[in-house]
Amino acid sequence: MTLGAQILAATSSEAATAFVEVGAIAIGLSFLALIASRVGITAVPLYLMAGLAFGDGGFIDVTASSDFVTLTAEIGVLLLLLTLGLEYSSDELRTGMRTGLLPGLLDMVLNFTPGLILGLLLNWSTPAAILLGGITWVSSSGIISKVLNDLGRLGNRETPTVLNLLVIEDLAMAVYLPVAAALVIGRAPADTVWTVAIALVTVVVILWGGLTFGHHLSRSLTIGSDETMLLAVFGLTLVVAGLAQQLQVSAAIGAFLVGLALSGEAQRRTRRLIEPLRDLFAAVFFVMFSFQINPADLPPVLLPALGLAVLTSLGKVATGWWAAGRAGVGRRGRMRAGTMLIARGEFAIVVAALGASLTEGPELAALAAAYVLITDAIGPISTKFADRLVRA
Amino acid sequence: MAEITETNLPGVGVRHEFVTDSGQHVGVISHRGGRREILVYDRDDPDSCSMVVHLTEHDSRTLNELLGVSRVADSLAAVEQQIEGLGIDWVPIAEGSSFVGKSIADGMFRTSTGVSIVAVVRDSSTVPAPRPDFVFSVGDIAVCVGTDEGLAAVRERLTA
Repeated sequence: MTLGAQILAATSSEAATAFVEVGAIAIGLSFLALIASRVGITAVPLYLMAGLAFGDGGFIDVTASSDFVTLTAEIGVLLLLLTLGLEYSSDELRTGMRTGLLPGLLDMVLNFTPGLILGLLLNWSTPAAILLGGITWVSSSGIISKVLNDLGRLGNRETPTVLNLLVIEDLAMAVYLPVAAALVIGRAPADTVWTVAIALVTVVVILWGGLTFGHHLSRSLTIGSDETMLLAVFGLTLVVAGLAQQLQVSAAIGAFLVGLALSGEAQRRTRRLIEPLRDLFAAVFFVMFSFQINPADLPPVLLPALGLAVLTSLGKVATGWWAAGRAGVGRRGRMRAGTMLIARGEFAIVVAALGASLTEGPELAALAAAYVLITDAIGPISTKFADRLVRA
Repeated sequence: MAEITETNLPGVGVRHEFVTDSGQHVGVISHRGGRREILVYDRDDPDSCSMVVHLTEHDSRTLNELLGVSRVADSLAAVEQQIEGLGIDWVPIAEGSSFVGKSIADGMFRTSTGVSIVAVVRDSSTVPAPRPDFVFSVGDIAVCVGTDEGLAAVRERLTA
């Protein structure tokens, strides 16, 4: 039997069920994306809510397609991080590192610490607490760039400050993610030190290689048609991610570094080509993430999530206020910058997904989902009315 | 000309701004995708914009046409980066050139040198993709695309 015939033969009743299920989910998501674009927000919080609504023991039973859906969700994370890495050129990263170091540090102190401390107060293990710190640390570049655009604020004087903070957070994630992943895997303290060391060395090697030889890679990728390029980048991302996973660095960071390494023409074309794929796969990831949350886990985490959201919103406002002030922006602009940074999103969920294997995993996921939803409500609304929050 | 400030917007593009002679602060954002935004800053809160106009690439060309600014150089520079070995030259038709009053077809440039004349700049407006029967006059600038040797040959003939 030829391969084609085998594939056709496998398209039996089981596959038929899977097609219908996956198709139904995709159609549902397209409606949510439509609503999101009408309301003027990104679809991520809506995907999370959909997953929660239909979660464990909900209306849909996805057993037949679960293998396929799980793999799709995992590829979704990789493509999400690839595009996050593609967001900035290596020049922008270098400038960001030079000019944004101090605001970046303040951002980390004010927003990572509350999550970390709450995790420890809840009596969680150190890795789980560090993951919670990561969840509260990083703003959502996806939501923020959309809100900046929708509110017509790209030209504002405070906007470069906001964007530079996002660049710094992006870079910080290149270090944080592998360390956090190593901490989750490591058991004995000596083991943990070892895995963290391997993770850091791997990241530094890939990052150095990417920034040094990235333009060679980028140039060799651009010689072909869009089709060859799409396949090459997709394949490269999966291979690097898989190798990184084998070195226990987490696949996500591998994909992220591929994105950082691509520059110039290759970067622009890849963004355009990968974005539709990313939208498809990442949507499945977000739904699957909240899908696995047990609704019974939600009520107990609501209060901590709300407290954390209020505390870290103030943290972001303070960060933005100070950073924009350094750039000579007036009081209203400083308030706009601070409130703009409140929304958390894709990174927070990726970080929470890292902790799935921990005993606190289910609680962490529920807390992260609730937290992201709350900040996604507070952020865009408060920034819209930021001008009324301060006197000029 | 007023002093233009350039600011990089990571992940978005570049912003240029200046203050008009009447004191109004205005700017333009060039998105990486080619989209533009025209910004008019608020006099009351100079950090924010009181008006933002979104322009597609097509809209920008229309506006440029109205303002009488040539965009040829911009897009040609992009072409030059994409194709290795391709050169661009701006050749002025000075008084005394043998091509004043002659058409592009008369020169048979493409046949003999492989060089294409992709545009002609005349009195601060641009004729894109001129037809072979386009007739040169004094002060025209022919925008030529081709190999380095071809361009040298064309320049020699147009200026002679």
